[in-house]
Order: sequence, then C-alpha cells, then structure tokens
Amino acid sequence: MSSTSAAREMQQENLQEQRFRQFLDGHLAQEMLRFTTAGSVDDGKSTLIGRLLHDTRSIYEDQLASIRASRVNRSGGAVDLSLLTDGLKAEREQGITIDVAYRYFSTARRKFILADTPGHEQYTRNMATGASTADVAIVLIDARAFQRAGELLPQSRRHTYIASLLRIPHVVAAINKMDLVEYRADIFAEISAEFSELAMRLGIGSTAVIPVSALAGDNVVERSQRMEWYNGPTLLEYLETAPLALRTAADEPFRFPVQLVVRPNAEFRGFAGRVERGEVRPGMSVRALPSGRVTRVKKIVTHDGELPAASFPLSVTLELEDEIDLSRGEMLVGDAQATPQASTCFRAMVVWMHEQPMIAGQTYLIKHTTRTIRASVRKIRYRVDIQSFEHSPSAQLQMNDIAEVEFSASLPLFFDAYADNREMGALILIDPVTNATLGAAMILDSLEDGEDAIQENSQDDSAAATSLRGQEPVALVWLRGLAGEAVELRDRILQAGRPAVMVDDRLIPDGSLPAAFRALQLAKVTAISARPEINAAIVDQLREMAAGSFYTTTDAAAVLATIPTGQEEAR
Amino acid sequence: MVTETVVGEEIAKQLYQKRLNHLQALEAESLYILREAVAEFARPVMLYSIGKDSSVMLRLAQKAFYPGPIPFPLLHVDTGYKFPEMIRFRDEYTREIGAELIVHRNEAAIAEGASPWKLGTQNCCAALKTRSLLDALEEGGFDAAFGGARRDEEKSRAKERVYSFRDAAGQWDPKNQRPELWSLYNSRLRKGESIRVFPLSNWTELDIWLYLYAEQIPIVPLYYAEEREAVIRGSMITLVHPGMRLLPGEKPRKMMLRMRSLGCMPCTGAIRSEAETLPQIIEELIGFRRSEREGRAIDHDEEGSMELKKREGYF
Repeated sequence: MSSTSAAREMQQENLQEQRFRQFLDGHLAQEMLRFTTAGSVDDGKSTLIGRLLHDTRSIYEDQLASIRASRVNRSGGAVDLSLLTDGLKAEREQGITIDVAYRYFSTARRKFILADTPGHEQYTRNMATGASTADVAIVLIDARAFQRAGELLPQSRRHTYIASLLRIPHVVAAINKMDLVEYRADIFAEISAEFSELAMRLGIGSTAVIPVSALAGDNVVERSQRMEWYNGPTLLEYLETAPLALRTAADEPFRFPVQLVVRPNAEFRGFAGRVERGEVRPGMSVRALPSGRVTRVKKIVTHDGELPAASFPLSVTLELEDEIDLSRGEMLVGDAQATPQASTCFRAMVVWMHEQPMIAGQTYLIKHTTRTIRASVRKIRYRVDIQSFEHSPSAQLQMNDIAEVEFSASLPLFFDAYADNREMGALILIDPVTNATLGAAMILDSLEDGEDAIQENSQDDSAAATSLRGQEPVALVWLRGLAGEAVELRDRILQAGRPAVMVDDRLIPDGSLPAAFRALQLAKVTAISARPEINAAIVDQLREMAAGSFYTTTDAAAVLATIPTGQEEAR
Repeated sequence: MVTETVVGEEIAKQLYQKRLNHLQALEAESLYILREAVAEFARPVMLYSIGKDSSVMLRLAQKAFYPGPIPFPLLHVDTGYKFPEMIRFRDEYTREIGAELIVHRNEAAIAEGASPWKLGTQNCCAALKTRSLLDALEEGGFDAAFGGARRDEEKSRAKERVYSFRDAAGQWDPKNQRPELWSLYNSRLRKGESIRVFPLSNWTELDIWLYLYAEQIPIVPLYYAEEREAVIRGSMITLVHPGMRLLPGEKPRKMMLRMRSLGCMPCTGAIRSEAETLPQIIEELIGFRRSEREGRAIDHDEEGSMELKKREGYF
C-alpha cells in the first residue's frame, strides 16, 4: 500500500469519526417531549398517529409488511395505517382502542413519547392517565362531523376539558379530514373560532389549531399543497417547537420527598429521592417535614460523582450536615422558601376510575408523593357535567365521573396546589381491601381542620379539655394492650373538643410511629396507641418527643381521670 | 476483564460531560421507579437475561442505591439453550460487580428433552421460560420482579404499565390493569399476587445503545460483528451452536454476523453486519428499517403471539 493511499484512508476514517460524533452529539442533546392524543373512533386518530410514525420514518419494514399482509383493512386506502397502533387482539377484533398505548419516535430535534388514548366516552380514565404526564395534548376534531352538526361534537369538548383539568401546558386542535370538506378555509375558520373560545373558557393558556388530513398526509409531517391559505406550522413542526416545561427555575421553592434512606454502613446516611421542584445545592439550608428540623445539605451524592446542583426531575441522594431523623414519606423543603401547605383536610378534583362508586363517608388509601395514608370523603361538593361543564350535587361518583371532593386524612398532608406543581398536588385513591386503583385527584386547596361536629363541641370548655389543649407538645398515650380503653379515651377526648386519633393502623409500623406522632404533634392531635409491644428505642424516642406528655399503661387511669366528660357525670 | 471490551472510551467520556436531556430524563425516571419498588415491596428480584437491556437495567440499579449495594438478587432463567458466551459473561460480570445471582432451570423439562423442534417454539417457551420463571418467583417468595422490557419492542408491550399486575397464578389480564397516573405507582398486593416492574418502559432500542456507549457498559461479545459459522433457515440466520442438528443438505458457512437481540440458540437469528464497535452498531441502527424482534421466531408464530405469551405469564 502506498503512503498516499494510507493517508487518504486515515483521513477518511477521521471524517467518519467526526461525522459519527456530530450525529451522537445531536442525539445526546435531544430534548424529550411527552404528548397525548385524544379523539374518538371516527375522528381518525389511529390514522393520524400512523401517519406521524410513517412520515417520520419510525416504522420498521417488517412492521409495515405485517400490516400490508393483515386480513383487516378498514381505511379504504392501500395500507391501513391505523393498524400500526391498534395493539391488542380484542381491539383489532372490535375496531376500537381500549387502553393507553405508548409510542416512541424521534426527529433530529426531539425524542417523543406519545400516550395514545382512546376517546370513547366510557374511557375517560384512560384519557386522564395519558394526560397526567403530557406536555402537549392533541385534540382531534373531525371537520366533516363539525360541518354536519354545526358545532363541536360533545367528545371534542370532553377531550378539551380533560386536557384543562389535568393541566397539560399546551393544547393543539388538529382539524382532521380536511380532504372531505374540500380543504375549505371557511370551515376551518369556523371550527378554529369555536375551539379557541372553548379553550379560553376552560382557562387553557397555550393553544394552536392546525388543519390536517391524516389519510392524505396534509400538514401532519409534510406541508400541504392544498391549503395555501394556512401559514401556521405542520403538526410535527408544532411538536418540535412547543416550549417545554423546562426545569423549574432555581428560585422556585425546593421540594424533595424522601423515597428511601441509603445506609450502607455506619459512616454514610443519605436520603434518596427525586427533586420535584426548585433546585438544591450543597450548603443549602433545608427543613425536614413534618419534624420542622433545619439542617444543611452536605453533599449531593450520585454514582457519577458529587453534583454542584440538582433540579427537577433528577433522582439523587442527599447527605445532610446533621444527623436528623427522616424517613420515607417525609420531605425536605427549602428553609427560607415558601413551605408547602400542611393540612389533614383538603379539597381536590377527582376523576373516578372504578366500577365500584365513590361514596361520601367512605375511607380510602391515598398515595401522595412517597406517602400512603388513609383519607375519608367528607363531602362531594359537586359533580361536573363534562358536556355542559355544569355543576350538580351528587352523593356518589360513578366510573368516569369528575367531581370536586372534600377529604379528611388520618395524618396531615404536605402539598402544593396541583395547578402550581403536578407532582406535589397529585394523588391516587386506592381501595384498602381490594387494592384496586380507584381514582385520581388533583388538590385545589386546604380546608379548615376538623368536622363540624367537633367545632360545635369545642364551645363546651371543660377545665380538663382546656388544660389538655394548652399542653405543648400534644400528648401521646400508650395504653399497652388495652384496645377498649384506648378507643374510649379517644372518644372522650373527641367529646371534650380535642382531636385525637389511634395510631394502630397496620399502615403505621413501629418504625414509623415517631414520624406519625410528629405529624400529629404538628397538627395538635393527641395520639393514642394500644400496641402490646413497642421497641424500647422507639419508646425512648417517643418519650423524648412528647416531653412531659407521654403516658403509658401505668398512667392510664390518671389520664382518663383528667378528661372528665358528660359521660362521666352520667355514670 | 469484561469491561475492556468497550471501545471509544475517550469519546464516551467527553460525551458523558454533555449528556443531558432525553437520556438524563430517562435515567432519572428509571432510578425513581427502582427506588419506589425497593421501598414498597417486601422481596423484589431483578430478572437478568444477560442481554443489552439487562445490562442497562443493572447499571441503573447500581446507580439508584449508590453508595449502597444493589438491594436485591438477580434471577436468570436458564433454558439450557443459551449461548455459551452469554453464560460466561453472566458469571464473570455479576462476580465483578458483586451482585447476588440466582440461576433457575426447569430441570424436569430439560431432562425430558424439551426442545423447540420437539414441542414447537410456543410449548418450548412455555416449559423452559414461562413455567420456569413462575416457579422461580414462587420458590423465592418474590412479590416484585424487575424486567427489562421496553414498550417500543412489540405491539402488546406498548400498553404495558410500569407496574404490571399479575394475579396469584402469575397471569396478566390486559383488561384488568390498574390505571397508572403521574409517577404514583400502586404497589399494594394481596397474598400470592405480584407485580412486574419495568424501569425501562420508556426507553427505545436506540436509547439503550446510546446509553451503553455513553456509560461504557460491557455487553456480551455476540452483539459485535465477527466471522461466524451459520446456516440460513428461511428468513432466519442461525448460528452454529453446541448440540445443533443440521437439516438434510444444510452446510454451515462463514459470514460476518452479529446478534441484535439475545435469546435461545435455536430460536434467535443473527443479522449480517460489519459493526464491530458500539459506534458502528449505533450507526448501523440508524440505517435499520427492521424491528429488533424480527429475528425472534416466537413473535411470528401467529398474529398476536406475544400477547398470548404474556397472558400466560411470559415477560
């Protein structure tokens, strides 16, 4: 081999490497956008998605060959693109999409995660599911159906409403089947005006309207030659440029729910979790909730080395300056920043997702951040009619109902309104017996503590109740193995106008007692336990926390005696 | 050492500094999922298939609990038909990172000579993979099992939850899955029920390769192209392997080949490729217009075949 050809070969290799690095740089710098589609069976949603995947060259040849060879073709075209996304057998047989399906594709600019959700009325729960993580919602509107009905179809209104309820930052209406209305600008303008008015009424901040034909491929990926009156972006262009809900600014309040404690040896104790909001840096002053203890962040520990800062949505481990007690379900927040709301009572918008109805007065498990506690439904304020958006009273909720509901939880919840922060304001409802996920809720605000009944009773100020109320910190009573007495004590304290709860729920293992008690202290609620045994170290811890207000079995009679009630007089 | 098989370290280091955005977002999400499951389940286990996805999942597990060790064992369901290179890699690599490894085989079925040519691919998978997996989970008393499945692999997987609920018989009912909103996963179980947890749900094949490269994660050498002996059967290229029965008239030939996904020797096809390094594989992948499961005989048995397998308890 001559030296010149060797040199040329090397040059070529360099060029190849350079080209590859450019490519990789591009790919590694890609942003990620999550979006969701809503539309009904006839709106051509599957065809639209098939078109997006096909025209962005995201379909593999063998997959394309498999749908070409399929026995089913409902499209009227040569290839039924809707088959690309209709996954399960049952769906293909019935010709409907029955569950959320996730699709992935990418362009030079972005990686996309698409939550493809069915738009049929009975599947509101799936739409809410797909919407819960989306940055953008595509609402599909059938232009021909609009032309026939003279107004937006109920399903389009419903889809837009759910997008607004789940607070999807951007909502784009894709006006489909323009080919069937001769690509007419006036029809598009009419639909566009009606959609914009609806979006404004629902308080959606960012909207767009795009005329498309999924079947013919107009304005999905390729710019249409048949609608020159339209100057806006194609659907893909819109998806590539919609502003992302970027990492929240550093000056926003820091939120860090603890997922687990990492303690590999005696020297290291770290708190693993995800930064849900704001930013954390070493040296930053943080407050632990519910204890209220303040300390500083020592290090942000990761497998790849210590970080100078971490923000949403990074999963990190924090090492703190002081040895403070903190465990899963608790939270670190910025000390000098706005604290989350803390309350046992709150109101939330609920999407009910189960055949078994929600009934006022029922108790459910709620999972909020990394915490699972009990909460009962105090009241269903109103049910929302998702056609007319009108409110009506309702004693219970059926599957796919949406309502504003008042909850009363067994322990105080630390949250931000869902409108401010999805992660800090979202919760799911779980059946305590079957463990089914029953619904989802988005917290609006906290409510005044306590039931009406307790408020009325508190007018009756007995001396003992006053003394108990005045006590700081609040009492912890351990009536060892005396379940009956414990319940009686709780009832008497309640009758005296003081909140009190049993902490013997199986959701509160011994190890979590200090945390539960601390939360109750903060909410000024007396804690009562009838556990036969509690680990001695934990008893010590509890005794210290309760200061002079820790009562055990031997003190039981005395405790009961200090809380005279009407019942006692009757005896 | 296994880690030396990785190439392009210098480039990877530079890229690592810039690594942000989608890979970082995916990694953060996966770490969150791994931690949630470890915090909430009594006895989790990680299904370790030795493939590229398992390699990524294992690295994520190292990261999620750092500086602590991986707080659960790895489980490999060995059919007895895995490539010798896979077994060697499995043993070396798990030892190197100090992970606890459980290997489970359906010895009864293996002794009876279960094979794809005797039982057909469906029944062979049912005995050596599905049955074996369910037995191993039951024996170990595991209530949660991490799997490396991705939603982009196959149609029926596109609808899979991150937490996939299985009844007491280990079966998957697509119509009876729990709704999954935000990142609030419902981990509550009754006795005998279990959950398959998929931390890589939102990763694509390309994401996996990019991450392997950026993180310099070692993989089984079968993924790299090499001159290998093989026969062409229908649309599948089968590597010559121990215990292989050649069909009448079949003559093995040497070809430049690599595996795009790893499975059992008789049922996993190789592809023609010149890609000898990770960058070359990635470059090749961009040009690919065929899906990675195409080389898997089991997916093509009949329409919707993966869905059927999943209902029975297959991953």
